Amino acid sequence: MHFIVCIKQVPNTTNVQIDSSTGTLKREGVESIINPFDEYAIEEAVRLKERTGGKATVITMGPPQAETALREAIARGIDNAILVTDRAFAGADTWATSYTLANAIKAIGSYDLILCGKQATDGDTAQVGPGIAEMLDIPHVAYVKKIEDINDKSARVERMMEDGYDLIEMPLPGLMTVVKEINTPRLPSLRGMMASKKAQIPHWTAQTINAEKNNIGLTGSPTQVMKIFSPPPRPGGQTLAGSQEEMAETLVEKLRQAQII
Amino acid sequence: MEYFLTEEQQMIVDLARKIAQEKIKPVREHYDETEEFPWPIVEELAKADLCGVYIPQEYGGFGGGVMNLVLVVEELCKVDGGISLALAATALGTFPILLGGNEEQKKKYLPDIASGKKLAAFGLTEPEAGSDATSMRTTAKKEGDYYVLNGTKCFITNAGDAETYTVFAKTNPGRGPRGISCFILEKGMKGFEFGKKEKKMGIRASSTRELIFNNCMVPRENLIGKEGHGLLIAQGTLDTSRPGVAAQALGIAAGALEEAISYARTRVQFGQPISSFQAIQHMLADMATEVEAARCLLYQTARMMDANPGKRTTKESAMSKLYASEVAMRVTTNAVQIFGGYGYIREYPVEKMMRDAKITQIYEGTSQIQRNEIALNLIKENAAKK
Repeated sequence: MHFIVCIKQVPNTTNVQIDSSTGTLKREGVESIINPFDEYAIEEAVRLKERTGGKATVITMGPPQAETALREAIARGIDNAILVTDRAFAGADTWATSYTLANAIKAIGSYDLILCGKQATDGDTAQVGPGIAEMLDIPHVAYVKKIEDINDKSARVERMMEDGYDLIEMPLPGLMTVVKEINTPRLPSLRGMMASKKAQIPHWTAQTINAEKNNIGLTGSPTQVMKIFSPPPRPGGQTLAGSQEEMAETLVEKLRQAQII
Repeated sequence: MEYFLTEEQQMIVDLARKIAQEKIKPVREHYDETEEFPWPIVEELAKADLCGVYIPQEYGGFGGGVMNLVLVVEELCKVDGGISLALAATALGTFPILLGGNEEQKKKYLPDIASGKKLAAFGLTEPEAGSDATSMRTTAKKEGDYYVLNGTKCFITNAGDAETYTVFAKTNPGRGPRGISCFILEKGMKGFEFGKKEKKMGIRASSTRELIFNNCMVPRENLIGKEGHGLLIAQGTLDTSRPGVAAQALGIAAGALEEAISYARTRVQFGQPISSFQAIQHMLADMATEVEAARCLLYQTARMMDANPGKRTTKESAMSKLYASEVAMRVTTNAVQIFGGYGYIREYPVEKMMRDAKITQIYEGTSQIQRNEIALNLIKENAAKK
């Protein structure tokens, strides 16, 4: 089977700062990493490959330096990588990104399953995965926490829900976005690191993937950012004082006033 | 210090560091406390391809020789001096096959060791035969297509957990040092049992047991080299493996030094970090200088060995082990001193490092035996000049 993993390189946000005047991340000097949720997608593709045989391909749309993320995916067991890169892609929103990645996947040709992380830690939209599936007109399941069974015709998966999980049978080819409960990503191996060092990673441009000019980059993005702002800090809570009985009475009274009980 | 590592060696270091930091550090107290065998870490090392870095490529390894082994062991031991022994003591048990084994033996045993599927162990020491290995009492009597082994080995690292054993026994007790032979044994062979697990001061994540042979039938094809060549194989093995112990010692020392520096910078007494006191500064400076000197001697020895396969390197190998293990003991003791009362408490890592360091002055030849080896070679070299 052929598994395709879509990944994104994101700033390592564990200790990143927000510019209060623009509301955007201060990116200078911040190291870039593979979007943490995509690491689960990479690991799952490698595990599926080990389970069913076949190969795994990783793709990303991004600037030339995103090649580092692709090489790391190879070090973790992915067979080959494609970097979709073109100045014309800059400024893409989730629609234009889905369009671009979907076109790249069409250019790859045949595949059985596309895997994405559930969302990226910089944009947090969770739209690109399902977006790609729509553009390719294939079924998709988001928030997959377990792939119970898979063959080249279909897959049975558990979709994470707030109150448990749904058991879903889907036909393949299809797309899944995965949550962190699905696996524990492995560390790279020495053989993987050597393969990653030697790997030839093709750079595909808008022309290579037959992308319509009007559908890519800033031009192709219907999203308009009107304003970016930090949410106002939450007002502090109220601390009750007194004996336990008094506090309980006050609490009940206040909840009544708020018409909660 | 710049050591001009190759790209591959740098990858090995980076990978070993990642495993040490992400996988070993969170569990090191657990394994020290419980004395369980660290199988989950062995699996990580195997998955990362680190188990076979020193084994030739034709047998499934990376062919990097002693230098590769040293780099992995040092990096792992910076975080924990016991857990990495699953790998380091496997190397010790593997060297007799690598150095003296025939093609069939290498093909049969090395690939599983290189992939990390199986661990190995080295059985030389006996209750009455420590530094004086030739006084061993285990015998191997030839009967038809088999050798029948009887006797007991003690203090065997990885024993019980390893699958492959290189064991020394007397095939001709009358011939003294020339009556010793080396055999490959497999766990599960009839008459091959394990004794009780020892409770140790340090390296408690590493298992140490007796090997007990009770009319154990070992097939003739498991003899390594020729009958009577066992002691030579043991000596060649120890020459090759001692840098591994030096790497363990160096790693422990380097780890303790890092802990001591970080602690000295944050611990405030008399209104300032203790790192601002010259008494502490000079201790740290001496520790760092000794660690770097140990590393220089070790890396140079390992590179010399890899560049001259088959050449005896007893002197340099003993020097690197002697120096690194003495440095490890001093540096870890001083790290505990810098931590003061906290250093003596198990919640902080340096008391364990001090316990782990001690063994490096003892096994694979005590510091005193290393000095004997070095001195003997000095005298021989001088005598050869005249």
